[in-house]
Amino acid sequence: MSPMTFPQQAITIALCVLATVATRFLPFLIFSGRKETPAFVKYLGWALPSAIFAMLVVYCLRNTDVAAHFTLPEAIAIAATVGLHLWKRQMLLSIAGGTAVYMLLVQLVF
Amino acid sequence: MKENRWRPALKAGFPHTIPIMTGFLFLGMAYGILMRTKGFHPLFPTVMALTIFGGSLEYVCVEMLCSLFAPAETLLMALLIQARHLFYGIAMLDRYRGLGWKTPILIYGMCDESFSINCSVDVPKDIDRGWFYLWVTLLNWFYWIAGATIGAQLGAVLPFPTDGLDFVMTAMFVVIFLEAWLKEKQHWSSLIGLACSAGCLLIFGAQGFMLPTMGAILLALAILRKPIEKAEGGALR
Repeated sequence: MSPMTFPQQAITIALCVLATVATRFLPFLIFSGRKETPAFVKYLGWALPSAIFAMLVVYCLRNTDVAAHFTLPEAIAIAATVGLHLWKRQMLLSIAGGTAVYMLLVQLVF
Repeated sequence: MKENRWRPALKAGFPHTIPIMTGFLFLGMAYGILMRTKGFHPLFPTVMALTIFGGSLEYVCVEMLCSLFAPAETLLMALLIQARHLFYGIAMLDRYRGLGWKTPILIYGMCDESFSINCSVDVPKDIDRGWFYLWVTLLNWFYWIAGATIGAQLGAVLPFPTDGLDFVMTAMFVVIFLEAWLKEKQHWSSLIGLACSAGCLLIFGAQGFMLPTMGAILLALAILRKPIEKAEGGALR
C-alpha cells in the first residue's frame, strides 16, 4: 500500500511525466541540428546508462533484509537470471525465468 | 493519392513492431499486475502507461509511490533514468523535424524501442516517412498501454499467489545492466554505478541513499572522464 495521499501520488506521477517529456523534447528545443553537441554531453550519453542501470539494480535490492535469510533468495534468483541470459540471451526468458525462481523460492522454500 | 498514404506505411511499419509487441505485452502485464498487488486502483497502470510511457521509470515509480513523498528525489531520479532520451532526440533531430502535427507525437512517444526502430530502419522510398514513424510509435505505445491495462484487470483474479512478483523489476534491471556490461569495452561506468550506489546505501541507508548516489555517479564520471574515454576509444565517437 502507498503511504501517500492521492494528491502526493498525483504529483509524484506528474513529476515522472515532466522528466520524460523534458528529456524527450529538450534536444529539439535547444539543438539546431547544425551545432555540434557539447563533448561532455556526448560522453555522458554513452557512459551514464550502464552506471544508472547498476544503480537501479541496487535500488531494487535496497530493502533486502540481510539479517532475515542472508539474502539467499535474491542471490539465487539473480544468479538464475544472469545464467539464463548468458545462456540464451533472450531478454524476456531471463526476466520471466528469474522472477519465477524467486517466486518459488519465497513461497515454497524460505 | 493523399488519403492512402497511411495505409502502406502501416503495412510497412507493423512487422518491425512485432518483436516489441511480445515484450511490451509481457512487461506491461507484469507491471499492471504488480501495481494491483500493491493495492493501487486499476486505472493507475493504464494512466501511467499512457502518460509516462517509459517502462523503467514506471517500474521505479511504483516503488516511489510506495515510499514516503519525496518530490526532489523523484524528479532527479526520473531525469537521470530518462536522461538517455536526450541522446535519442539528438539522433532524431533531422528525421523528426518538419513532419507537422506528427512531430510532437513522435517526440513524446520516443521510448527506447520506437527510437531504435525508427533510427535504424531505412524507410522504403515509396512509403511516407512521417506515417511510417508515426505507426511504429503509436503501435508500440498501444502495446504497452494494452499490456498494463490487461495486467491491471488480471491482477485481482490471478489463480496463483503473487508473493515475490516484484522481483520482475529487479530481474529486468539485472538483464538491462548485463546487456550494457556485455556491450561496453570498458567497465568503468558500470563499476562506478555499482560502487557509488552500494557505498551510499551502506552510509546513508535505504531511505536516503539515492540523491547522494546520483551525485557521486555524476562526479565520478566527470573526474574519470579522460581514462574512461581512452578505455572505450571515446575519441572516435
